[in-house]
This record gives sequence, C-alpha cells and structure tokens, in this order.
Amino acid sequence: MNLLGKLSWDAIPHDPIVLGTLAVVAVGGAALFVFMTLAKKWGWLWREWLTSVDHKRLGIMYIILALVMLVRGFADAIMMRTQLAVATNGSEGYLPPHHYDQIFTAHGVIMIIFMAMPFMIGLMNIIVPLQIGARDVAFPFLNNLSFWLAVSGALLVNISLGLGEFAMTGWVAYPPLSGLEFSPGTGVDYYIWALQISGIGTTLTGVNFLITVLKMRAPGMKLMDMPIFTWTCTWANVLIVASFPILTAALAMLTLDRYLDFHFFTNDLGGNSMMYINLFWAWGHPEVYILVLPAFGMFSEIVSTFSGKRLFGHKSMIYASGVISLLGFIVWLHHFFTMGSSANVNAFFGIMTMIIAIPTGVKLFNWLFTMYKGRIRMEVPMYWVIGFMITFSIGGMTGVLLAIPGADYVLHNSLFLIAHFHNTIIGGAVFGYLAGFAFWFPKAMGFHLDPKLGKVSFWCWFIGFFLAFMPLYVLGFMGMTRRLNHTDNPDWNVWLYIAALGAFVIAIGIGAFVLQLILGFKNKDKNLDKTGDPWNGHTLEWSLASPPQFYNFAKIPHVEDLDAFTDMKEKGTAYQRHASYEPIHMPSNTNAGPIMGLLATAMGFALIWHIWWLAGASFIGLIVAFICRAYASNTDYYVQPDEVARIENAHLDNVAKG
Amino acid sequence: MNLLLTRNLSKVALAALVVLLAGCQGGVLDPKGQIGVMEKELIITATILMLLVVVPVILMTLYFAWKYREGRGEAYEPKWSHSTKIETVVWVIPIIIIAILGVITYKSTHALNPYKPIESDEEPITVEVVSLNWKWLFIYPDLGIATVNELAFPANVPVNFRITSAGTMNSFFIPQLGSQIYSMAGMETKLHLIADEPGTFDGISANYSGHGFTGMKFEAIATPTREDFQEWVAGVKANGEALTTERYEALVEPTEYHPVEYFGTVKDGLFFDIIWEYMGDMGRIEFYGKPEYGAELPEGVILPQRERTVISHESEEASH
Repeated sequence: MNLLGKLSWDAIPHDPIVLGTLAVVAVGGAALFVFMTLAKKWGWLWREWLTSVDHKRLGIMYIILALVMLVRGFADAIMMRTQLAVATNGSEGYLPPHHYDQIFTAHGVIMIIFMAMPFMIGLMNIIVPLQIGARDVAFPFLNNLSFWLAVSGALLVNISLGLGEFAMTGWVAYPPLSGLEFSPGTGVDYYIWALQISGIGTTLTGVNFLITVLKMRAPGMKLMDMPIFTWTCTWANVLIVASFPILTAALAMLTLDRYLDFHFFTNDLGGNSMMYINLFWAWGHPEVYILVLPAFGMFSEIVSTFSGKRLFGHKSMIYASGVISLLGFIVWLHHFFTMGSSANVNAFFGIMTMIIAIPTGVKLFNWLFTMYKGRIRMEVPMYWVIGFMITFSIGGMTGVLLAIPGADYVLHNSLFLIAHFHNTIIGGAVFGYLAGFAFWFPKAMGFHLDPKLGKVSFWCWFIGFFLAFMPLYVLGFMGMTRRLNHTDNPDWNVWLYIAALGAFVIAIGIGAFVLQLILGFKNKDKNLDKTGDPWNGHTLEWSLASPPQFYNFAKIPHVEDLDAFTDMKEKGTAYQRHASYEPIHMPSNTNAGPIMGLLATAMGFALIWHIWWLAGASFIGLIVAFICRAYASNTDYYVQPDEVARIENAHLDNVAKG
Repeated sequence: MNLLLTRNLSKVALAALVVLLAGCQGGVLDPKGQIGVMEKELIITATILMLLVVVPVILMTLYFAWKYREGRGEAYEPKWSHSTKIETVVWVIPIIIIAILGVITYKSTHALNPYKPIESDEEPITVEVVSLNWKWLFIYPDLGIATVNELAFPANVPVNFRITSAGTMNSFFIPQLGSQIYSMAGMETKLHLIADEPGTFDGISANYSGHGFTGMKFEAIATPTREDFQEWVAGVKANGEALTTERYEALVEPTEYHPVEYFGTVKDGLFFDIIWEYMGDMGRIEFYGKPEYGAELPEGVILPQRERTVISHESEEASH
C-alpha cells in the first residue's frame, strides 16, 4: 500500500496562474507567520481567539473567514468575466476548460458555502444572544466546533488549488458527470468532503441557535416579542435543521458511489441521477432562504432604527418569514422544469414558487411603511437598505418569471438565470450582510468606520452590480447559456464587455471596503464608540458597551416591550447602576474545537487522496478528542461580583461622559 | 405627483423593454416557431403584470426615502407601527397579481407541455436525439438515416423528438424554436417543436456536461418544403456510411468540436439499444432478459413509453 495514497508530485498544478497565486499565498503566509512570531502573538491568538467559546469572538472569526473567502471567490468571478470578455469571436481566451471549469465550480461553492454562510452565521452569532438578553448560546463548545468545521471545509477547498484539482462539475455536482466514470480525479472528492464537513458544522449551529432562542430568552420576552432579526435567524435555523441533513445524505450516497462502487446515481446498474438532483435541490432551495431570511431581518432592524420608528407590521413580518420558510420546502422542482415532469407537476411547483412572492412582497411594503412618517437618517447601513429594495424588487420579478414553466423552458440554464440568482443573492443576501456589517460593526469592535469610504463602497457595489448583471439578462434572452468557455457570436460581445466592466467596478467597491477596515483599525482610538448606542438602537444589544462585556449582561434584563431598549430609555431604566452583582457563570475556553477541526481536515484530506491509514487515524482521533471533551470537568468558571462591578461602573462612567 | 411619475416611468420601462426585445436577434425573443412565439408572449405578459407592482415599489422606496429624510420636518410618528387597512392592502395586492399569474401559469404549462404533440395537418417527422460526449447524434428512424451535429426538417411540419443520452446529462435546445428538455441516460424524454419559417437555427446543449461542453453545438435547418428536405435526406443517404453497432461505439468516444457526419443507413432500433444499455439491468433483466426490439414484452416489464409501431428486427441474445 502506498503511504501517500494517490498523492504524488504530479498533484501540483503546472498552470502559471495557479502557481502565481500559490506564490503570493506562500509569501503572504510567511510574512504573517514572521510577524506573529516576532510580535509573540501566537499564545494570545490561541488563548483569546482560536479556543474561545465566546459567541461574539466566534462571530468575528466567522466574518473574517467570510471576507477572506469573498476575496477568493471574487478573484474567481473576475477571472471568469475577463475570460468571457476576451474569448469572443471564436478566440479561446486565456483559461482553457480544464481550469475554467474548476473556477466556476469553486466560485459557486465558495460564495454560497464559505462566504455567504459564514457571513450570515457570524452576524447571527454576534447579535442573536445579545438581542434576547442571553450570556452565550446554549452550547458554547458546540459553537466553537461548528466554526472549526466550517474552517476545515474552507481549508480543503483552498488546498485543492495547490494539490490536485477542484471539481469540474458546476457547484451542483450533478451526477453522472460527478460520478467516477466522468470525473475520475480528486476534484469531486474535494467538493464532497469540503461540503460534508462544513455542512455538519452548519447543522450543529442550527440546533444550537434554535435551543438558544427557545430556552435562553430574557424573562418577559415571549417568542412573538423576539426582535425581528432574531426571528428571521430562527426561521433560517429551522430550515438548516430540516434541510442540511438532506445534503449530508445526498453527499453520503455520492460518496458511496465514488468510493465503494455503489450505484445510487450512476447511469447503469439501476442508478438514477434524477434522485440526486431532487435531493440536492430539496436542500438547495431552502438554502437560499437560509441565506436571505436573516438578511431580511437585518434590513428590518436597520430600516426601523434609522427611521427612528418601530418596525411596521412586526407580526406580519414573522408570519411572512414563516410562510417563506414552509413554502421554501415545496418548490425545489422549479430548478428542473426541463426534466420532463408532467404539466400538472410543473404547474404545481411553478405556482407554489410564485406564491412565495406574496409574503416577500408584504415584507417590501412593511419596510416602506416603516419609512413612512419616520425621520430617516441616511447613514451607510440605510444606503444598503435602499439599494437592496430597488435591486431585490427586480430580482424577485425575474424569479417569478422563471417560476412560470413555459418561460423557464427557454430561460432555464441561460445567463438570464445567472443574472436572476445573483440579483437576489447579491442584491438580497450580500447587500444585507454588508448593511448588517456597517450597522453592527461599532457594536462588535467598539469603534466606527469611515462613513465616506462606506458610501464609496456602496455606490461601487450598487452600480457595479447593475453593470455586471443587467447585461446577463439580455444575453439570456439572446440565447447564451451558462458555463460556456468562450463564445462566437458578435452580437453578444458588447454585453460581455459591459459585464466585465461591472465586475471591475465591484472590485473597486471591495477595495474601498478593505481600505475602510485598514484605516478604521489605524484610527481606531479617534473613533471609539463609548456609549454603546451609536444609532439610538431599539434592541438589547445596544444597551451594552461596545464591544460588549464578555459576559454580555451583568444582570439579565427584564423585557417589557418589543423594542426593549427603546422602552428602557423611555422609562429611564436604561444604564442603571446596581449596588451589588451576583457571580456570573461562564463557559471556559477549550482546545477541543480547533483540535477536532484540524483532525477533520486531516480526515477529509486523507479520504480525498485515499491515504487510508491517515483517514482511520484522524477519525479515531476525532472520536477520542470528543470523548475527552465530554468527560472534561474544568469547563466553566464564575466571574466574581467585584470584577463585574468594576467593569460595569467603568462602562457607565463612559456613558455618563457621553 | 407620485402617480404621474409612476405612469411616466412605466411608459419608459415599457419602451426600454420594446427596444431590448427588438435588439435581440437570434435569441429566444426572436422566435421562429409556434412554441417559441407562445413562450415569448408569455414572458412579455408576465413581465408587464409584475411591473405593475415592482415599478411602484421602487418609486415609493425612493420617494419615501427622500420625503421622510431627517431635517425636512415631515410628520413623524415613532410609535405608529400597525394599520389593519394597510396590512390588508399589502397582502391583497400581491395575492391578486399572483392569482392572475397562477391561472396564466396553469394554462400555459399545459399548452406548452413539451410532451404534447403539436396539432397540424402535416404528418410529423420523428427524430431520435442522443447526446454523446460532446456531440449530438440525430437518428431518423422512419428514414433509416442518422447525422451528427446537423439536424434538418421541413418548415411548418411538426417534429417529434425523442431524447436520451449515452453519457452525461445535457439539455437539447434550439433557442429560436422554443422549449428545451434534458437528455438523460437510460431514460427517454420528449419534445415537440415546429418551425414557422425556413432558416438555419443555432442548436446547443443548455446543460453543462464537462470538458467539451462549449463545442456541443449543432445546426437546425428548417427547409422551405418537404421536397427540399427529401433532397437533404437523399444527400445524407448518398454521402453517408453505415451506422452499425461498431461504428456507434467508435462515435461514443469523447470528442470535441465534432464535425458534421452523415450516415446513410442505421442499425434498426439503435435508439432503443442505447436506452437499454442502461435500462437493461434495472433489476428486471435478471428475471426476464432484455426484451427484443419490437417483441411482445413479458408481463411486468415497463419499457420507456413508445408510441411507434413495431418494426421487425433481428433479435439479440438477452444480455445476461
């Protein structure tokens, strides 16, 4: 038996673009390593961050992961757009299919699974426990483990850049193309294990946050009194718990096909690829609502905060989100109307899909009527909200159009479809996360970012989006299908050029965002948020210091209103000094999460390369680490009242100084 | 004022749409067949119906954001957050639009069902389509010919496509004629199209199928008359070699940018064989053996639906 399985020197790609990227990554990594070592920061990093079970720190780490992967996924995007802009009139361009096919697959997987999901989960981590007046999530260690499993998946995707290849199947990895017969390389295996490992982490997150909102709300807060962001996250978690196991099962069957000669989805021996396609979308469609519902919650919080008003139709919003979640499960077939189902089946799924437009439309109207008779402050987060409402209305409309089977028969898989889902995922989810990022950044980090650069970033994203994707709608109508490597139709060229230009405008937007962060950290001391309530917020997270005390609430608040903190400010019960405090019970940091994440990465890597001894060893290691953690006794501690009093008084002094 | 703006803007939007549509040469908005024409009309109707909600929402967003901006001194009611009247209206308006669209969807889905034969006085032409890596094989079972990457049929004559795959999944699509349908190994899908005027149309695979996908194109030629079509058939017969089982097996080997090929004769039941290559061992074969092409089927065996009358054919031994 070969000790290294299928791994050999041939696994390193010879493509100059890939080698260049690897060189940059290596230099950057080495520089970071030297810096951390010279600054003696490794111990600090390990103790304070990597092993942390604090939901706020995990949230920040999730968002760092999301931003790193955003850059990676965007690099893929800009390569595709430039390829299609130069590869016209029969020219081959600079990316041959072998490389280009990996890029569009990686772009989809990274943006959905390793950019949007961690971004959403990161914001949820930071904010949800604060909004319900809890000190942490229900299972803090599990939260840490979920994060490391997400990192593990992201690592595997990035390793595929330098060792072997990534899948060349599109991000949906439909068999039989993704089966052993047509994809014998390691690409699909990277795909499977990256999704499988991070997917298990996501399922655990869903369970964790559902229990958190069910069991850990502050006294007085009924379920229907939960802030709208927490509610939309809760619906998203219901969807995660219900749908991610489907992905896990579908991938497990694909794994059996590829590793053990099973025939679930193969062409022959009774396999049927249609089963995979159904299962994939039974997860995949709820997945897009998992991404977008929390973004809807963020828009709701922002629009009500910056309009200085209560949210219009809070209950209506909760029910609308619930209806969207339920319907999200009975529309999956609209991803393949062209598979040959009967007219009645297609019509059923089409009509179910367009019914989703009703609660979504209600949401748009509710945001409108929240602005109505408000006093709107046009801060950066509000720009994103307005940009979203315009962009998303268009994306919703094209979505309903695609839901009509008769229209889908000609628009399916065309660039029209690509334009539609980018219109909803960028214009809905990503705009939401960037809005939420701008909104909660001072809360999480304790200082403000430069609003001018924030607005530059917004305008570049907004204009760049329209430049990049409106041409794709046109190209779809002109009969251009997706995933083409090059084109030979002079009528299409001008639209392909505009789309590429749009990608570069978005690149400037990302640049402005990064610059905003760099300058923000540099000038941090000048822009501190001392009161903890920079926007005159409605909900409990604004009642705390920025960044919040590690135990969140010195005394668990009693909630008496939907906008709990506004209510406290009005009644004069906010910022109360207490004569005495109780000891606070807190979870200790743990090594188990990062160690298990590392072992999971090793196991995934070993399975991809058929290094069986390492796969076995790391699997046993995972079990042992889990058992050790389960029997560990030193998992919690108490913060003493005098320390709580000292921290609280310091914060209240700050508030008093304004 | 707001209303006026709405009206004007929807006019502009409509004009923009018309310009856009006119600019689309050769795409799905420039249809040359009955199915495609119906689909284009459906797209336009649905879009206009939805713009009735979308345009006002966009305009209201901009208007409210401007009108209630801090410092303009407009009415301010921080606690106003519920109005049964408004809530009713915002639920009812989308419900009405979607109800109308729902009826349109139900009717159009039945009218445009790809499996539904097109009504016509003309005798339809049957073409069996096989997606191979990465080319299209077209078999004309009634004419005993086959081609690769070139498809021809007379204009104004319905064409019945039966579609399968001998490898990865593809989607058979001639954008200017209308609907597409997946091709899947071991299964038969159907599509019915018609060209309203003669012409040469681009045909593509609309489902990514691997390395050579981009080159998986064909030309669909709608000849002006049946006579022109017969001439094309005669050309294929005259120039083409025989598509035997062996020749087919060579054809299955992956190729990219495969040139047009003609086959003057085709092994009877080749399409049937290709489907049964995968269907053959779905568990039933052990009990019944592979049914002969055209033979009476043993009880319990369900074949892919075939409406064609049987043609006699040399039997092959059951494959197990």
